[in-house]
Amino acid sequence: MTTPVTVYVPRDSAALSVGADLVAAELERVAAQAGRSVRVVRNGSRGMLWLEPLVEVVTERGRIGYGPVAPERVGELVAAGLFDGADHELCQGVVEELPWLRNQTRLCFARVGVIDPLSPEDYVAHGGLAGLRAALATSPAEVVAEVTESGLRGRGGAGFPAGIKWKTVADTPDTLKFVCCNADEGDSGTFADRMLMEGDPFTLIEGMTIAAYAVGASEGYVYIRSEYPDAVRTMRRAIAIAREQGWLGDDILGSGLRFDLHVRVGAGAYICGEETAMLESLEGKRGMVRAKPPIPAISGLFGKPTVVNNVLTLASVPAILADGAAAYQALGVARSRGTQVFQLAGNVARGGVVETAFGMTLGELVHTYGGGTRSGRPVRAVQVGGPLGAYLPADRLDLPLEYEAFAAAGAMLGHGGVVVFDDTVDMAAMARFAMEFCAEESCGKCTPCRVGAVRGVETIDKIVAGQDPDGNLALLNDLCELMTEGSLCAMGGLTPMPVRSALLHFPDDFTARTERRAEESAGRFEEAKS
Amino acid sequence: MESPGAATRADRVRALVAAHRGDRGALLPILHRIQEEFGYIDADDVPVLAAELNISRADVHGVVTFYTDFRSEPAGRTVVRLCRAEACQAVGAERLIAYAEQSLGVALGQTTPDGAVTLEQVFCLGNCALGPSGQVDGQLHGRLTPARLDALLAASRAAAPAAYEVTTSGKTVNS
Ligand SMILES: Cc1cc2nc3c(=O)[nH]c(=O)nc-3n(C[C@H](O)[C@H](O)[C@H](O)COP(=O)(O)O)c2cc1C
Ligand code: SF4
Ligand code: FES
Ligand code: FES
Repeated sequence: MTTPVTVYVPRDSAALSVGADLVAAELERVAAQAGRSVRVVRNGSRGMLWLEPLVEVVTERGRIGYGPVAPERVGELVAAGLFDGADHELCQGVVEELPWLRNQTRLCFARVGVIDPLSPEDYVAHGGLAGLRAALATSPAEVVAEVTESGLRGRGGAGFPAGIKWKTVADTPDTLKFVCCNADEGDSGTFADRMLMEGDPFTLIEGMTIAAYAVGASEGYVYIRSEYPDAVRTMRRAIAIAREQGWLGDDILGSGLRFDLHVRVGAGAYICGEETAMLESLEGKRGMVRAKPPIPAISGLFGKPTVVNNVLTLASVPAILADGAAAYQALGVARSRGTQVFQLAGNVARGGVVETAFGMTLGELVHTYGGGTRSGRPVRAVQVGGPLGAYLPADRLDLPLEYEAFAAAGAMLGHGGVVVFDDTVDMAAMARFAMEFCAEESCGKCTPCRVGAVRGVETIDKIVAGQDPDGNLALLNDLCELMTEGSLCAMGGLTPMPVRSALLHFPDDFTARTERRAEESAGRFEEAKS
Repeated sequence: MESPGAATRADRVRALVAAHRGDRGALLPILHRIQEEFGYIDADDVPVLAAELNISRADVHGVVTFYTDFRSEPAGRTVVRLCRAEACQAVGAERLIAYAEQSLGVALGQTTPDGAVTLEQVFCLGNCALGPSGQVDGQLHGRLTPARLDALLAASRAAAPAAYEVTTSGKTVNS
């Protein structure tokens, strides 16, 4: 018997969405037929999503990738020598040497796509637990200091310094404290939380355990949106395995630390990504936003001191503890330190996950990594930071990816989602959608958001229909002002951002359709004359 | 008076509550379990839950109605959810949805008259680089086209023959 060939086929749900399960089954079947002994490992995704399903074969040269592999093509690929890493038009070469991957700085995503997500042996062999061990070797206060010094800011949207939040929880005495991971990831154009949970769940568990040690918490929750059933399953299995391994429970790694973790599933409400609405939901209530103060760090889940952090914030912590704050802080620019996991989405040729130090320009991300649009048409607009983020026109892609530079440009980085649109996009329709989304997803607690969004939809409809455009544009501006100023949370408060940026950069899209058609035909007439 | 079926369901709901006795703020997990088992949250479940959890009926009702996931009546045998969020719109989600509405003869949020398919909108499935995305009975699909959607629907129809298409005598009464 020959030693089996190891073949990786992702189990990430994006890969499954284009047939990865069928590819894995087909590989096993064809291998058996050919009398080849293979070991199929289901890894996470490397994040080169346009290549999914990306099959990798372990060879002496390294892991050779083939993609995108349709199930129908497996037979042909095996015949061409896939199990020996032979050349083929779908062969991408040694995966780790591909510029798209090699030029990234993967700290948070270091193991995603590399390992079997549910193998504790793989996890440890690839540097897992080093952060937790380092943390347990120092005092909780030193862990908080380390995270503060690293400059790590919340990756969920607001960019609040993680260390300062942790210090508040640590300094608030109570017999019961919680660590809650926000895995609601409702922003369109974002999927990094999902990919991390499906591709390297132990990293999140380790990050949460470090947070628990640092602040003195004994119980944790991962609040995952129901739209992510695969992530829910993977996290639950990972938690069970971690308990068996002694990585969770009453005596973590023999240190005496006690911490346990539970998965809770959302129920289809975008607002439950807002931290206080999430806490309400975790308490079994409607996801209504709470007025702040009190902040969750002081009075959070069930009124107890609570750390609420995004998946990527918590998953960045193990590397910070393992390699030291200085190494993390050395990456990035200005007040944006370390790496950010950007997600390229929408009408983009090469969509996926790009983890890199802050400071690269948006254009580099969209063009160098993304390869422009999938349709091949010119890029017209890019929305950064989810449905509450600004639309930027093609000539503003010189913006550096950094919190403050975006804020100065009237935009926000948010959770790092970058959605590309080609020149067929109707920006008035996108502005209308922003208002419609807010109307649909508002928790209903405050009037500017609940009523303003509905009025916003109506007003944009009137503008586009050519009804008193000037009056209605003024009204839309007033509405935006009111929502910005008078909303309790960023749902109502930031919905004007996509609306106003669309108005600012793409005013022509808002002129009446009839008027536009008249102008267009006049334009054609002019062209025909010249 | 409760029908025997209702009594069984109430007992089952009580058992599900009991299974979550130790959990903090257990209402959402319980509602998810009820919906998994029965396909929807019945109005009659509300007083049972209120009594078992020692909260008001209004509170339970408020939670059930706040979250879009919880249905007040059973869905079709196949549930299709198509993403309408920005990244999928950038690659033609609205056209795909128009096609689905037209070919199924229902609007978003509706079930076909034969009870075969419920068509719903969803805002992002975390598959934004491979849109347009959708879920068919919880399974994620990317790069959807009208043809792929048709194929998926045909496959799910074949896999899950309609319960009421076959009588106990085995004869097809509804085709
Ligand atoms: C409407 C709304 C939706 C949000 N959705 C999310 C989300 O899905 N995930 C997330 O981590 N944070 C989300 N946030 C931000 C959270 O309120 C909070 O700032 C964050 O979870 C804190 O964690 P961080 O400091 O690690 O970013 C949202 C905020 C608002 C206003
Ligand atoms: S702004 Fe909207 S979502 Fe936020 S609290 Fe007010 S009503 Fe709720
Ligand atoms: S009156 Fe319109 S939002 Fe307050
Ligand atoms: S926007 Fe459709 S899957 Fe994210």
